[in-house]
Amino acid sequence: MRIGFIGAGKVAQAITKGLIDSGITAAENIIASSPKQDHLLLTQISKLGVGTTFNNKTVVKESDVVVVCTKPNVVSRVLTEFSSDVSKSHLIISVALGVTTKTMEKALPKNTRVVRVMPNTPALVRMSASVYCMGSSVIETDAETVSKLLTSFGYCEEISESLIDIATGLSGSGPAYVFTAIQSLADGAVKMGMPRDQALRLAAYAVMGSAKLVLESGQHPDSLKDDVCSPAGCTIYAMHLLEKRGFRAALIDAVEVATLRTKELGDFKV
Amino acid sequence: MTSENDSKSSDGVFPDTDSGVIGFIGAGKMATALALGFISSGLVPANRIIMSSPQSESQELKDAGINFNRDNVHVVKTSSIIIIAVKPHIVPCVVQEIAPYMKRDCHLVMSVAAGIKLEYYEKALKVGVVRVTPNTPALVGEGVSAFTLGTHCKKSVSGVVKQMLSCVGLCEEVPEKLQDTVTGISGSGPAYICIVIESLADGAVKMGMPREMALKFAAQTVKGAAKLLLETGKHPGELKDEVCSPGGTTIAAIHQLERAGLRAALMDAVETSTLKSREIGGHY
Repeated sequence: MRIGFIGAGKVAQAITKGLIDSGITAAENIIASSPKQDHLLLTQISKLGVGTTFNNKTVVKESDVVVVCTKPNVVSRVLTEFSSDVSKSHLIISVALGVTTKTMEKALPKNTRVVRVMPNTPALVRMSASVYCMGSSVIETDAETVSKLLTSFGYCEEISESLIDIATGLSGSGPAYVFTAIQSLADGAVKMGMPRDQALRLAAYAVMGSAKLVLESGQHPDSLKDDVCSPAGCTIYAMHLLEKRGFRAALIDAVEVATLRTKELGDFKV
Repeated sequence: MTSENDSKSSDGVFPDTDSGVIGFIGAGKMATALALGFISSGLVPANRIIMSSPQSESQELKDAGINFNRDNVHVVKTSSIIIIAVKPHIVPCVVQEIAPYMKRDCHLVMSVAAGIKLEYYEKALKVGVVRVTPNTPALVGEGVSAFTLGTHCKKSVSGVVKQMLSCVGLCEEVPEKLQDTVTGISGSGPAYICIVIESLADGAVKMGMPREMALKFAAQTVKGAAKLLLETGKHPGELKDEVCSPGGTTIAAIHQLERAGLRAALMDAVETSTLKSREIGGHY
């Protein structure tokens, strides 16, 4: 499978690294493009052993799967520009925030196979939580292809496009909420006298381990919480304070606000 | 620790509810709830209950046919099980009054006064004492009672107390150090729940429902939710999730409750009541 990237920024680099490291595709079967002013990005991505070019049309001509990794506001233009080089044998994937399958299909030839993907930043360490929505003209094997691609850098699930704004607010933005949580946990430990680097490591591992426990134990998260809270112990004291601070509500609010904002941003598009 | 020595004069398990009289010192809400609960559950007939209080007998107690008078000493002399059900600040004078008439092989004392420790009663009365934290739903057979046996109690007392209190609801033995927490959760609990029920009804009335219907619906909802929890054994968080369909009415409401800090408010309530009970106990 020959894979091409339009755009060579963080996301393109993360996916490329994932594909190569997981053995899905060899570096020589990957090519990436970026505008001349972003040549430094091409230099970075070329270090992974992939081909590079300043010409988007070259990427399309030399690939079976094209992953569009540009900023959302240029996606339509970029698709329109290489539309004439797109055929039924191509699978066009977009990872741009807020760009719908409809938008993609409008800019490309009729019956082009398109897929919309929303990964998240832990793709950089192959722990992405990605969701994907299939366009109207995909063939039977496309879902499997996309799934294989996305699994190379983390977890993925097919999702109805009607839920993608919520996924954006949850798993898309989620890492930001969690980074803040990790930093703050570490702050607490530092305040109590622990060295910063140690606090950060322990905080991060605690979060990672907790997530793993939720995913693997099948227990309700509140039940897992109960398991940690022994009567009159330190944890239940801390939980009381978190409840007083409206910790739960804050997180519910965060996901809600991010979802609504995503919808808002989507509506501004033509 | 309970003593093994049985008095030679006893010809059965003492004290017992099969023939003895249960005497209440105090005839307030808790005493009434327990007394009426004992009667309706069939534990003892009304004529084997005697209650004393400086106030006149309530209509409720009159209708039940319970013996009533104003003399605490008389209650002590007539009863084998004596339940002290006065406010904590009244306990000292009651204890002082009845102490001279206490007989170790004739009397079992139970106290439902909040906060006051067994040690206090044992020093003054020198008989078997049981500390109980019941709650008002004992009146309808759905109470929660936690009991702790004092050091002078015979082993058999545990069974007697359990038998009595199980008639009016859930009953469990607890170490004394948990009694204040019991007060915080189940002793005071009915009050918190009444506020919850009333407020749910207020919400419904605001949205156009007649008050009477709102109250009935709210109360049955609370009852039903509690029953669901107790019978399914599922985690409350899980039961909550089961009601919250994606994008639905309930999850929107839950968000409001989280914003308002309902969880913290309830934790605060239990904590405050527990600490207050400890504080009260500290004065005796």
